[in-house]
Amino acid sequence: MLLLLQYTLIFASVLLLVALGGCFSEHSGVINLGLEGIMVIGALGGALMMRWLPAGTSALVVVLLTLLAAIVFGVVYSSLLAVACINFKADQTIVGTALNLLGTAGATVLVKAINTAANPNDHSATIQYIEQKKAFIHYFGSFEFNWFMVIAVVILVLAWVTLYKTKFGLRLMACGEHPQAAASVGISVFKMRWSGVLISGALGGLGGICYILAGVSQWQFEYGVAGFGFLALAVMIFGQWKPWRIGMAALLFGFFRALSNVYSGFDFLTALNIPGTVYNMLPYIVSLIVLALTSKKSRAPKAEGIPYDKGMR
Amino acid sequence: MESPYAIEMLHITKKFPGIIANDDITLQLKKGEIHALLGENGAGKSTLMSVLFGLYQAEEGIIKKDGVEVKINDPNDANDLGIGMVHQHFKLVECFSVLDNIILGVEPTKNGFLQKKEAREKVLALSEKYGLQVDPDAIIEDITVGMQQRTEILKMLYRDNEILIFDEPTAVLTPQEIDELMQIMRNLAAEGKSILFISHKLAEIMAVADRCTVLRKGKYIGTVETKNTTMEQLSAMMVGRNVNFHVDKQPSHPGEVILDVEHMTVASKVHKKDAVKDVSFKVRAGEIVCIAGIDGNGQTELVYGLSGLEPLKSGKLTFKGQDITKASIRKRSTSGMSHIPEDRHKHGLVLDYPLEYNLILQRYFEREFTSAAGFLKRKPIREYANRLIEEYDVRSGQGAITPARSMSGGNQQKAIIAREIDKNPDLLLAVQPTRGLDVGAIESVHKQLVAQRDAGKAVLLVSLELDEVMDVPDRILVMYEGEIVGELDPKKTTQEELGLYMAGAKRDEVKA
Repeated sequence: MLLLLQYTLIFASVLLLVALGGCFSEHSGVINLGLEGIMVIGALGGALMMRWLPAGTSALVVVLLTLLAAIVFGVVYSSLLAVACINFKADQTIVGTALNLLGTAGATVLVKAINTAANPNDHSATIQYIEQKKAFIHYFGSFEFNWFMVIAVVILVLAWVTLYKTKFGLRLMACGEHPQAAASVGISVFKMRWSGVLISGALGGLGGICYILAGVSQWQFEYGVAGFGFLALAVMIFGQWKPWRIGMAALLFGFFRALSNVYSGFDFLTALNIPGTVYNMLPYIVSLIVLALTSKKSRAPKAEGIPYDKGMR
Repeated sequence: MESPYAIEMLHITKKFPGIIANDDITLQLKKGEIHALLGENGAGKSTLMSVLFGLYQAEEGIIKKDGVEVKINDPNDANDLGIGMVHQHFKLVECFSVLDNIILGVEPTKNGFLQKKEAREKVLALSEKYGLQVDPDAIIEDITVGMQQRTEILKMLYRDNEILIFDEPTAVLTPQEIDELMQIMRNLAAEGKSILFISHKLAEIMAVADRCTVLRKGKYIGTVETKNTTMEQLSAMMVGRNVNFHVDKQPSHPGEVILDVEHMTVASKVHKKDAVKDVSFKVRAGEIVCIAGIDGNGQTELVYGLSGLEPLKSGKLTFKGQDITKASIRKRSTSGMSHIPEDRHKHGLVLDYPLEYNLILQRYFEREFTSAAGFLKRKPIREYANRLIEEYDVRSGQGAITPARSMSGGNQQKAIIAREIDKNPDLLLAVQPTRGLDVGAIESVHKQLVAQRDAGKAVLLVSLELDEVMDVPDRILVMYEGEIVGELDPKKTTQEELGLYMAGAKRDEVKA
């Protein structure tokens, strides 16, 4: 039971971080389908930092530098989306998809090259971080507490305050709803959309490193992040682009994802004799059903996906 | 010495490739006056305002504020000079509250956090001072168009703008809201604000403006005091000839029945009640029948039922002796029904297509425009489009290849009318065909409707404009809450009587 709670919370943290990232991007008017790729690149940044930090570095330094690396990698990677979609008015869906393809492939190539350079016989795309991972973990009895659980909640509160209580949030959302109106009162739609996308890069990167630290102590980059970027998009839509509702949605989806890790610990579930693959599919099936049922009344930012054009009325 | 003018635009010339949009135009706005800017569609009003807002740079001419020359390079400069504008298409974020929309861009903050309380007090004070009633917490998409417009006005006042520009502000309002707006404008002028009122509605200009500057085809025609002029004079200045406000027409000679509507009922999309209830009427060849009524009494759904956009719930439609109750839209169109739709953006045009494709939307599949192999024939399409553009005086930047979106509303409407009339229909459904047009264009549309009638066609006109209802048709059917409550002869009735029927205060049992 405790294990279920632990996994639910950590997976929910991942989804929450990434979905909030998507939320910022979409409120500025840019659909960020590239979250999956951004997560992979963020995870790569964090993992490389952990790999290269000397053993014996203090826990706090490990945590801070790893987070920083993940954020920087995510931001830089997401700037590709911003340049293409905001400056060059490219189709946001296609650029996002390209980022996803490039993310996993690029990370795999890079890690393989690094591994082979260090050891000519090592052709894997795996990074190990057994020691450094401990810096993120704290045990309360048998409950494995992960600092990301706190970070996610803090960011949730920050996101809500930013969007609804600050000038920046008001302007950001105006750009996603009616950029011409925003421009007519002197707001730079260009800057606001860049901010939105870069914030989503930072949070996507954080979510990526959180995801690979959640379960195991090494990561094979061929696997990418197993569709978590897309699950986060589902969470964002189910959460109606509103931070608190995204929080609840993340918990729900996190719970189903956690079930697949721990179902064997529940006697009544094992007694049902359902194959484990069914549990693995659960979060994705649930997201399909939930979106099919709720998408009709969902209200996305009105101008998202449309490149800003001064001449349009 | 202090200048009597709040803003002066002197000898402004602005050229675009192939066209001189503003040719030596002078506009002087006195402090505290309401100054109308009058001109037909394409006369150069919008260009002149874009120059004032720094969206375009004029080739020649200068702008002075309070007698001092200023440079306006972008809208922020205009804002800094205290110039604000209520756009024809409101610039409001629909899911934001009234208050959020007003403060957007000039948000009061403390340590980075919004201070909405101060803002609310200022907004309420302004709204009280000028009689601009709004609910600061209401969401824009839930409030009336009139309140949205008041929000736009408050946006300008909140920024302490001294020069207020209203771009065709009455186009979207009901008659009561127009009266309110006029009063608001007078209040603002009385408080010392200078108002520039862009319009092509003469009656409104006469009612509210002190002076009026007239433009025609990019040229400055003159500035007159409204109290020393008449509507006839203004319209002659605007159009360049005398305009006849009354439609000249001979008595009609109705022939055979073209459209026979029997017990038509159409469901409503917005509520559970039927929008059109058991309506029966006939339209004959050689007559114009007008469906009159206040907006939202089932006229839209009636037309949807006739044109095939919505299925009938019950009833029967007979067109030229054939049952078309279940016929497809294309069947109705090819068998001789034309439709000038109410919403030209939704049902009239594909906005991102060029004008020429829009002109063949219902005929592209004909052999004239499509080869046997299924390819569009570019040359005949271009020639056909050019002929219509010529004959119906559709003005656009690049002729046949102009994207419909970039055309002015009046010319979009002209393009639709050209397409529908050129099909040589037996029945013309004209739904608010003069919506958003200026007097010259209205006159020409009315002439075309009468010409269709005289050519032996049937015309069903749906109109909300009382003048049009009284002037154009041969018979009036009044709709109230989905039913036809009266049939009137425009020669024998009065606007007052018509008004009583439209308001539901009077009704006859009409059986067709």
